[in-house]
Amino acid sequence: MASSSNSPCAACKFLRRKCQPECVFAPYFPPDQPQKFANVHKVFGASNVTKLLNELHPHQREDAVNSLAYEADMRLRDPVYGCVGVISLLQHQLRQLQMDLTYAKTELSKYQNHNLSGATTAQGLIAAAAAAASANHHQTLGNNLISCCGGGVNRDHLYHHNPPFFNARDQQTSVLRGFDVNNNYDTSAGVLAMNISANGIGQHSQFQQPRAAGTDDRSTTIDPS
Amino acid sequence: MASSSHPSAPCAACKFLRRKCIQGCVFSPYFPPEDPTKFTNVHKIFGASNVSKLLNEIAPHQREDAVNSLAYEAEARLKDPVYGCVGAISVLQRQVLRLQKELDATNADLIRFSSNQNILRPPQVSGSSIQNPHVLPTSDYYGIYSPWNYNP
Repeated sequence: MASSSNSPCAACKFLRRKCQPECVFAPYFPPDQPQKFANVHKVFGASNVTKLLNELHPHQREDAVNSLAYEADMRLRDPVYGCVGVISLLQHQLRQLQMDLTYAKTELSKYQNHNLSGATTAQGLIAAAAAAASANHHQTLGNNLISCCGGGVNRDHLYHHNPPFFNARDQQTSVLRGFDVNNNYDTSAGVLAMNISANGIGQHSQFQQPRAAGTDDRSTTIDPS
Repeated sequence: MASSSHPSAPCAACKFLRRKCIQGCVFSPYFPPEDPTKFTNVHKIFGASNVSKLLNEIAPHQREDAVNSLAYEAEARLKDPVYGCVGAISVLQRQVLRLQKELDATNADLIRFSSNQNILRPPQVSGSSIQNPHVLPTSDYYGIYSPWNYNP
């Protein structure tokens, strides 16, 4: 993580300045990853990043830099939507999965009812109701997730242009309001444990390449296959 | 797209930067004076010059969406300085994976049930092979329910 004592970190190399021992960038921008700092600098600016890091505890800074690097990378790949495009895509996937799951569970309940062929009509109805309640619960859960992560979505913006969702260049994302992150996720796995598959969702060009702007390998695996 | 209602009223960006809001100000269509927080946040995270460069590289009809997504990211970063909006991505992705597993399990159950029904059902009299009207062939089954193989 830390650069060697003799070679300047990627930031100081880019900024063409002497890399001091106490350089705030050095632990997070090793000299063998020049693109990482170049991207972050282009999108956020070195002084903004310095201010941000100085407001954080040292143990939080690596995650912060990695998330900034990811955001910068996404913004450079998709200058219009950046990370928000990713959020929109994931919300769509979630909705689609929820619909598929509800339908599959409904179908399953039909088989289960059929297997209760000796059961009375009332029991069959109860089983169907239980299956439906389960499906509804998941539907509600899905909706809650969507509202949690983008709640107060401005629907007018979402459908301002017809939602040609399967083309990243044309997609019109929603302006997401009511942002509320559940911070209980496992930070040891890294916030960037991405495994977005764009396989069935369309030609999202930002996912066609392996993830650049190096973050930790342990925490970032975008699989665009 | 909001713009200043009064010709001489500066946009939120120029007001913040304490400069004259000229006729072709790149910020004014997207940072109306009645929403100063939007520019304040964007400036704090990205910086005015970076935003200006970004907008100049984008087609005019896409700039509103770009500004709104920058504003969203800036707000997210201010609320969560460590992860910003990437935190939301992480949460969403976990949910997607969880639902996908659940869907796979439900599909497996469906296949099991449909197979059992095929065994119990007496063979059809016609010369055609046994057809189960409720279950599609396995190779297509996941294609119907799993979005990962969906090709629009």
